[in-house]
Amino acid sequence: MPTRLLVIGATSAIAHAVARRYAASGARIYLVGRRAAALDANAADLKVRGASEVATALLDARDFDRHESTINDAWAAFDGFDAILVAHGVLPDEAACANSAEQTVDAFEINATSVISLLVLLAARLERQRHGAIAVISSPAGDRGRASNYAYGAAKAAVTTFASGLRHRLQAHGVRVLTIIPGFVDTPMTAAISKSALWSQPPRVARDIQAALDSGFGVIYTPGYWRLIMAIIRCIPERLFVRTKL
Amino acid sequence: MRVVSSWGRTRRVLHDIVPVPDRSSLAEVVRGTPQPALAFGNGRSYGDVCLNSGHSLWAMRGLDRFIDFDASTGLLACEAGVLLKEVVELALPHGWFLPVTPGTQLATVGGAIANDVHGKNHHRHGTFGENVEQLRLVRTDGMDIECARDVRPEWFAATVGGMGLTGMIASAILRLRRVPGPWIDSQSHAFASLAEFFELSASLSRSAEYNVAWIDCATDANGATRGIFFSGDHAEDGTPASPRADRRLPIDLPFSLVNGWSVKAFNSAYFARHSRASGPTREDYRAFFYPLDNLLEWNRLYGKAGFYQYQCVVPREVESDATQALLRAIARSRQGSFLAVLKTFDDRAPVGLLSFPCAGTTLALDFPNRPGVVDLFRELDAIVAEAGGRVYAAKDASAPRQMFERSFPKLGEFVAYRDPGIASDMSRRLFGH
Repeated sequence: MPTRLLVIGATSAIAHAVARRYAASGARIYLVGRRAAALDANAADLKVRGASEVATALLDARDFDRHESTINDAWAAFDGFDAILVAHGVLPDEAACANSAEQTVDAFEINATSVISLLVLLAARLERQRHGAIAVISSPAGDRGRASNYAYGAAKAAVTTFASGLRHRLQAHGVRVLTIIPGFVDTPMTAAISKSALWSQPPRVARDIQAALDSGFGVIYTPGYWRLIMAIIRCIPERLFVRTKL
Repeated sequence: MRVVSSWGRTRRVLHDIVPVPDRSSLAEVVRGTPQPALAFGNGRSYGDVCLNSGHSLWAMRGLDRFIDFDASTGLLACEAGVLLKEVVELALPHGWFLPVTPGTQLATVGGAIANDVHGKNHHRHGTFGENVEQLRLVRTDGMDIECARDVRPEWFAATVGGMGLTGMIASAILRLRRVPGPWIDSQSHAFASLAEFFELSASLSRSAEYNVAWIDCATDANGATRGIFFSGDHAEDGTPASPRADRRLPIDLPFSLVNGWSVKAFNSAYFARHSRASGPTREDYRAFFYPLDNLLEWNRLYGKAGFYQYQCVVPREVESDATQALLRAIARSRQGSFLAVLKTFDDRAPVGLLSFPCAGTTLALDFPNRPGVVDLFRELDAIVAEAGGRVYAAKDASAPRQMFERSFPKLGEFVAYRDPGIASDMSRRLFGH
């Protein structure tokens, strides 16, 4: 039976790269996203690449009232899922957030609150299903607050911690929860940033995410060397850290 | 702003990179971009056709989706940022292949159209553009044009080979060709003079689909030109090929590994190997078509200063004398590198106003970027112009405007189709804007 994959935030470059890997092995794929035309374009791409079935559903992550019905529809359509990827998010304008409570809270709502709300709904179903893996995309920004991206980082810290607890809870139910921490990835979200040798392409990160969903455990840094980089960054004493430019 | 260079890496210049994430929002992206802008695919053009120094580049690799593929007809619709490699990997297991493929599969579909690239089988399938069923052009003036050879043919002719200057090529429908499998039966034939090359070319191009010759530019200036002629055909063999791993040259070398000594050594070894093994060999299509793709970023071999590729074509009537003159000039200069390639083009009506191929012989070779190399190009230009030939825009980084105007008589006709919001370093050099 083909694998059933659910992707939330399906028009993100990383999410689509993951969906392509599943498509190549004939998976059935359910895409949830905000922009209809972009979702349709991705669905067509996945069909050409070998997906045995692709369905799409529209959802703006801030539309909390529709979270439950969206998940219910998806579950009913494919009679459950073997793999789930939660990938939606925005990179807020940190300079604007610095002086705007509204923008800071908005970004937090998309990057943290909406993710947690969806995770609660998905977890309940996976727990009943007693099978499957769910990966959620967090960020190294969540490992330590830095001046350049703490509005984003605080939300990702919430996601990381929530996912950690969820993993603990679902462990006994045969469900794996994976926290994905991609380093710098060259996507439309990061187009404005100058690229160094530390940057990766979405297919590279997607390979790690699929491996994690297949048989991985816990927190997955991708590429793997980011685990070391962030371990070092976390170790820097606060007094020293506040004087760095990171 | 981000530093971007073309494949030749002779210049590193800042550009404003504009993401192009999906085709549904194209009109807004194209109209909203600060002008002049230019589509940038995977950066495999050698010269300045893909650069727009200090201005905007549309990052076309974001448009890398397939739209539709009919495995019974071989028609493939895809976005322009799809790599040729991705097309082949999708189509080959279904028994389809690109009718025309350049020497790298890491170019995008849009780039292959904009440069109307050719392969080693011009006499069978022509150029890449001849096998494009339809394309979509999105312009900064708000026009959104679907065109084909028989639908708005003037737009199609201007865009194929139009160097990305007629609008953003957003998507295309490609007509693929049937093949039995991923294998090529190839054969090599050593030759010791240009006359022998032309004899081999005349006889083999009737029997074999793919023909290309490698020549040793390090030979003496007396006219003795040794080389190896490779011919190939798709093998009747459906066994799947194994996946290959890429190797990458991770750093910029401070100096060029390509110098007089290394070129001589490489060429002698290469000649010795292929003149011995002249029987037919069955090769993986990647080994036959894309020998250098396996070493990603091989352009770094030329060191920090980068390199140029010079490619020209000279017409059939004078091909022998003109090619001889070009090779003599190169041998005298002692600047040539190990990648010197000779191919012949057949007499086919060009599909684009600025398509490069014409009936005759094309010579392509790489030169490390060293003082005096551009002077040699002007010397070569003079021979090409005298012969009534032309230089290839996809490779060029230095030809003067007059050379370009002499090369392409339909340039005046082309200008009317330019997108006023699009320009490149090349267009400023060759058109003045």
